[in-house]
Amino acid sequence: MELAGAVMVVSLALIAVFAPMIAPHDPGRAVANTFGDPGAPSHDFPMGTDQLGRDILSRIIFGAQVSLTVGVSAMLVTIVIGVTIGLLSGFFGGAIDFVLMRFTDIMLTLPALLLAMALVSVLRPSLISILMVIGLVSWTGVARVVRAETLSMAQRDFVLAARALGAPPRRLIVRHVFPNVMPIIVVMAVLGTSGTLLLDAGLSFLGLGVPPPTPSWGRMIEEATTYFRTAPWLAVFPGIAIFYAVLGFNLLGYGYLRRRGRESVSAPGKA
Amino acid sequence: MLLYVLRRIVFGAFVLIGTSIITFAIAFLVPADPAVAMAGAKADPQTLAMIRSQLGLDQPVYVQYARYLGRAVEGDLGRSYIRRESVTRLILERFPATLILAVSAMALALILAIPMGMLSAAYRERAPDNLLLVLSLALISVPVFWLGTLLLIAAALSLRSFPLGGYSGWKSLLLPALTLAFGLAGYYARILHTNLIEAMEQEYVRTARGKGLSRRRAMLKHAMANAILPLVTLAGLDLAGLLSGVVLTETVFDWPGIGRLAFDAIFNLDIPLIMGTVLFAAFLIVVANLAVDLLYAWLDPRIQLSGRG
Repeated sequence: MELAGAVMVVSLALIAVFAPMIAPHDPGRAVANTFGDPGAPSHDFPMGTDQLGRDILSRIIFGAQVSLTVGVSAMLVTIVIGVTIGLLSGFFGGAIDFVLMRFTDIMLTLPALLLAMALVSVLRPSLISILMVIGLVSWTGVARVVRAETLSMAQRDFVLAARALGAPPRRLIVRHVFPNVMPIIVVMAVLGTSGTLLLDAGLSFLGLGVPPPTPSWGRMIEEATTYFRTAPWLAVFPGIAIFYAVLGFNLLGYGYLRRRGRESVSAPGKA
Repeated sequence: MLLYVLRRIVFGAFVLIGTSIITFAIAFLVPADPAVAMAGAKADPQTLAMIRSQLGLDQPVYVQYARYLGRAVEGDLGRSYIRRESVTRLILERFPATLILAVSAMALALILAIPMGMLSAAYRERAPDNLLLVLSLALISVPVFWLGTLLLIAAALSLRSFPLGGYSGWKSLLLPALTLAFGLAGYYARILHTNLIEAMEQEYVRTARGKGLSRRRAMLKHAMANAILPLVTLAGLDLAGLLSGVVLTETVFDWPGIGRLAFDAIFNLDIPLIMGTVLFAAFLIVVANLAVDLLYAWLDPRIQLSGRG
């Protein structure tokens, strides 16, 4: 399971990196002469063409670049925020813990998708604003897990010993607690990417994704809804791409957890 | 007990004030001028100034916030800039549609998830378990809006009598409810599976097994009782989340709920309506949290002693 997930994620990364070489056509150019109608899948265009005569397969291949960039960078933002808050909160406890956790409670109460929509529309959609916003609304789960993990680490003998020897808090966190919390952070990062990918796809579907002409899977599905009677394939293929990417990260993350005999970490929410 | 209840209520109020500060800050960041949005781009400066003073926009931020909070406590969330109606009324008008959708989706999700979770726990680490695990991960990984679109396509191509979106009777409810339920079911099935396996290893279940109870009966009669409670809690909290609007599903099926309302508000930069829908969502979640905490305290007397939840 883990292996299947890893193969899926790696294949996706390779497709994104080598998109210009793999894609049979230019994703931004009208290559089929269909006079404003979507074209059915054919020998030259295995997934058909859209209403502007652009090749769907090429657009999906190039779409992997944007989706992975946004998904992975947004995940890094959630990890940076979540790990910082979780470590500080779990390690120092007391007032710091109280303030940071009440802030986390407030953020947990705000609906992620609505908040992301509002923020993106205020900041205007762009690659940077979208990945920052997705990161800003998705870190709460990471913070809670890292805090819990840090709390249990801070009580372990090796940390207590280092503390007794007079190690300053900075050194205790960086050298002793952080490396031991690292495995769970990696798992949260992998699972978190499936969440950020879904959020990005949802925002694109709502017209709040990376602006055109950059191909984006979510927006391709949104554009396809106009033609869902006459050209259903337009909606089918980009969705398979999103599903493949999200499932890859989920299989990788949950597969690892299952092998380690640790079934659940808080999963990303769905709206 | 009373002290505990009071503390939870104060905590909930505190969280709501925090969320209101954040939403207010976002609204304040919006570059668009609400006066221009209301009067139109060609309005003369006097009209604009009049609207600003009517709305209190010429006051300092903290005065504006205090006024907003004061009215919100009384249930008045202001007036929509675009629709010129009370935000509270707009939200309450849309609430029944979202309520029906959310409750049916949650019921469907649990109906699917409970047998899935039980089966996979019963066949732990054998073929059915592995199959169900992959199935639930697949359900979790499907983007809801795509699943919805696919169901629409399927309905359009095969069942001509099916309504394709809108809000008219149980037939129009089926597709959006199923769309929402699938993802949740995958998630709940995993959780129930984990809880059941944990419960099966508890002393009291082992004792029951030792007294000659079959695995099946031990699971159904003893382990389930403990495994299902966290699931119900989670479902309660998620239900509150769904009630605050399911933007993607409502968009796909053109369902006239709160999610659509919020979506339109964001596109029109209708600030009072954006803030209203976000605060309403936060309010529901805080109330659900409170309800769950109190229910737990009532069911499990140990919680009162440990104090902080």
